[in-house]
Amino acid sequence: MIKKLTCISCPIGCELSVTLGENGKILKIEGNRCPRGVDYATNEFTDPKRILTISVRVEEGEMELVSTRTDKPIPKKKLNEIIEYIKKLRVNAPVKRGDIIVENILETGSNLVATRTVNKKD
Amino acid sequence: MRIEKVDVLIIGGGAAGLAAAIEAKNTGVKTLLLERDRNTGGVLNQCIHNGFGLHVFKEELTGPEFMERLWEELGNLDEIIRNNYTVLKIDHINREVITLSEEGIVVFKPKALIMATGARERPLNALRIPGSRVAGVYTAGVAQKMVNIYNRLPGNRVLIVGSGDIGLIMARRLKIEGMDVLGVVEIMPEPGGLIRNVVQCLEDFNIPLWLSHTVFKIHGKERLEGVTIGKVDENFNPIPGTERYIEVDTLVASVGLIPQNELIENFVEMDPINRGPVIDDLMRTSIEWIFAAGNNVAIHDLVDFVYEEGKIAGRNAAKYVLGEKLPKPKYIFKRGNNVGVLLPQRFTGKEPFKMYLRPKKSLEKSAILFSGKVVRKFNWKIRPSEMIDLVVRNFESLPNEVLVEVNKID
Amino acid sequence: MRVFVIGAGITGSLITRELSKYDLEVHVIDKAPDIGWGVTKANSAIVHGGYDDPPGSVRAQFAALGNKMYDELSNELDFDFIRTGSYVVAFKEEDVEYLKELKKRGVKNGVSNLEILTSEELKNREPNLNKDIKAALWCPTAGITEPWEVSIAAIENAKDNGAIVHLDEKVLDIIVQNQKVKKILTDKGEYNADIIINAAGLFADEIAKMAGVADFEIFPRKGEYILLDKKLKGLVNAVIFPTPTKKSKGILVVPTVDGGILLGPNAVDLPKDQKNNLETTKEGLNEVYEKSKALVPSIDISYSVKTFAGLRPETKNKDFIIGATKIWGFINVAGIRSPGLTAAPAIAKYITEKVIPEDLGLNLSKKSNFNPFRKRIPHLEETNLEEWEKIVKKDPRFGRTVCFCNNVSEGEIVEAIKRGAKTLDGVKFRTRASFGRCQGGFCSLKILEIISRELSIPLEEIKQNYKNSWIVKGKVRP
Repeated sequence: MIKKLTCISCPIGCELSVTLGENGKILKIEGNRCPRGVDYATNEFTDPKRILTISVRVEEGEMELVSTRTDKPIPKKKLNEIIEYIKKLRVNAPVKRGDIIVENILETGSNLVATRTVNKKD
Repeated sequence: MRIEKVDVLIIGGGAAGLAAAIEAKNTGVKTLLLERDRNTGGVLNQCIHNGFGLHVFKEELTGPEFMERLWEELGNLDEIIRNNYTVLKIDHINREVITLSEEGIVVFKPKALIMATGARERPLNALRIPGSRVAGVYTAGVAQKMVNIYNRLPGNRVLIVGSGDIGLIMARRLKIEGMDVLGVVEIMPEPGGLIRNVVQCLEDFNIPLWLSHTVFKIHGKERLEGVTIGKVDENFNPIPGTERYIEVDTLVASVGLIPQNELIENFVEMDPINRGPVIDDLMRTSIEWIFAAGNNVAIHDLVDFVYEEGKIAGRNAAKYVLGEKLPKPKYIFKRGNNVGVLLPQRFTGKEPFKMYLRPKKSLEKSAILFSGKVVRKFNWKIRPSEMIDLVVRNFESLPNEVLVEVNKID
Repeated sequence: MRVFVIGAGITGSLITRELSKYDLEVHVIDKAPDIGWGVTKANSAIVHGGYDDPPGSVRAQFAALGNKMYDELSNELDFDFIRTGSYVVAFKEEDVEYLKELKKRGVKNGVSNLEILTSEELKNREPNLNKDIKAALWCPTAGITEPWEVSIAAIENAKDNGAIVHLDEKVLDIIVQNQKVKKILTDKGEYNADIIINAAGLFADEIAKMAGVADFEIFPRKGEYILLDKKLKGLVNAVIFPTPTKKSKGILVVPTVDGGILLGPNAVDLPKDQKNNLETTKEGLNEVYEKSKALVPSIDISYSVKTFAGLRPETKNKDFIIGATKIWGFINVAGIRSPGLTAAPAIAKYITEKVIPEDLGLNLSKKSNFNPFRKRIPHLEETNLEEWEKIVKKDPRFGRTVCFCNNVSEGEIVEAIKRGAKTLDGVKFRTRASFGRCQGGFCSLKILEIISRELSIPLEEIKQNYKNSWIVKGKVRP
């Protein structure tokens, strides 16, 4: 069986065709313009993962929100749980880009990292 | 009125303007960047999603990360950047840029000027959709700023109109933030944004995408109450009998970006298809001391390309200021079959450069031809929504007028 | 003596201002949250020459007079008024005959300087008009303005002269005793009143009914418009009318005072119960586009900035209903359809100088300290740069641009809020912020922030215009 999917590893969006054997085993991956396509397709059929980007509430900051992302892709099936967890978080300004907001978020092995700098309100 | 002399003046502090400033500053010429908003970064400020920087930084960044890296590259921001400066007028005869700020009217006299004014969103109002004029209709960029910067939600139940990238990104964002996202309607038979965004923004979150659909009518008294949507035929006319009422209090429109060239369009040569100035491979406009880069030249898909253009403009503007004799364009690109947006429109042929183009129609297998000669083949589908970039070299064989075509192949 | 004007549209506002010249306690009341939000907000914004109203009609009587008053009025109240002139164009021989009729009619109405131009003469003056036009009636005295700004200016000036303004307050009933006006009941209270002037626009029949003088009905007639970008400035220099039909003056191409081009209106009669129907329609907008393109073939619809619809208050005999009634103190100023904007200054004077003294037998005495002048909010686009620099030096907020399309500064927005704007539309109609090509894309959130700061109200409570037109719902992360 051949399954089509679009690689989302980068904005080019290669259209991959994945040949699956009996019991779902991947036999062949085609259409990728770089090796990430192979990883992506392999993951999609075993444990699909996504980078999550989301805002976290900041106290005493010059902005009310700091943008964050997971530093590694997290399992898609845990996405909702992680989103709800992050919505309840509060951090204090100042926050610097690269600061780890949550380490190993919900045991995924991925850290939640600030993607911008939010200074303290004067 | 104060007069200020400067070598390279940059108008606009988004990715293109910041990149131009970095490059110009590094040559040692006096560089100044005018930003009309409170801070630079432009739309990167509010684009908290990832997907930026793969070409430039070889890693995937979010908008704010990309922006802060440019700030760091630029170094002493206060020396170069003037925030809250609005350009009122460019007097190209006297080479003056007239600005308004809290300082009053400041007239800049630059030796070279770089336009990096970016784009604005087409408002839904401009589409002449029948119905009421109600609150609750936003462009995707406004909704994005509201949610990511202002910490406010635009409503409870939303329909996204138009499947441009920001529309898709906002569908996901609003869903994550707890709104009911009923779907995305797209008048064209294909999505307007990257397929990657269709997958990770819509499919991942079970948001339906209705292609060849549009909003027929807007309902409501004061705040939006609902919309009638339906299918359109190949000429975009509504097909009777396909109407469906959807109860929403919010409409988020991603119906196109318009390059902003009001300051120069009356005196530089413009390209009506790109809706931007005609430029060469050095990012020069038809006026030798005015350069341009970014989404005001043509709408790009990737900030990386905008950044690269900004750097080229910055470098060449600085060379111009330093008195280096820049080569004149020798070749022109002429649009042939299936070519929409295309830039640059002319080139010097001195050094390899990147050209960008969009096909007018999608093709499964295709090739780009320069005056009949295949220069690149695609064995994957190309679409108007995905800009093609192509490095041009080997100028010897090219005629002075290069006919560019994107043709179907077997 | 206490006078209540019901309706803060163009007629009600100018009447209020006229009354504020006298020793009276003047009130004006409107159910809308701001001034000029009814008929006044959405029409062609033309001060007509006054040549085409049937001689002998009340309309004709006031239009020609009102037109002449606009120079002084715009000078006193400091609003934009430009005598662009107007052309009625004829495509057919019979239309050319009609132009001659119109010209004669104009002379009867007291409109001078009308001239019939050949197509050659027209071509030089308006090169973008359809080349098939055979002749045109030129009326040099026609002009353009912003009707809402006229209303706002008149009310600001009236307030300055002691008038009391009630907005967001709906009249529920009028109490009459011994055939005389006695009281006004509203959703916020009750007031004794000696004179009531019914300038309630589309709802004037309902107000008249409350006073027991329901001898007319108002029918809404809808007109749809398309506004084109300021980039097209100069596409036409004057107001362009087609040869009129029995029903209306037709679909026009109008330059706006800030440089845009307005197309419209069509005319659709609605049932009496649709006085709030401001929906645009596919058919209507197509009609506006097609017919304006017949006048100016080069119109490019991709320049459209927005579309909207307005309602005109129409009566059975298509004429104004102005004057005292059998209830002493109750004065109608109703059915003010086109050319209402033109006629309004003359109507206002007629109320204070004729109706009140002659029909009510009251001798009004003029205030000695009436100040006829009102100053506009300064706008960069109307000011030279040296002047503007002085304004910025005094208040740096005038150097901070908020609306980039129309170059509106924070200073102007703060001033608009000081003068009564509480909503996005309130700011928009006073400053033109968010009126331009991006339709608020870049500035609406900033304006929201400024209103919130100046009035100390949370963003969630700020409205686009009316009570339920909220803009943001609440915090993403509380």
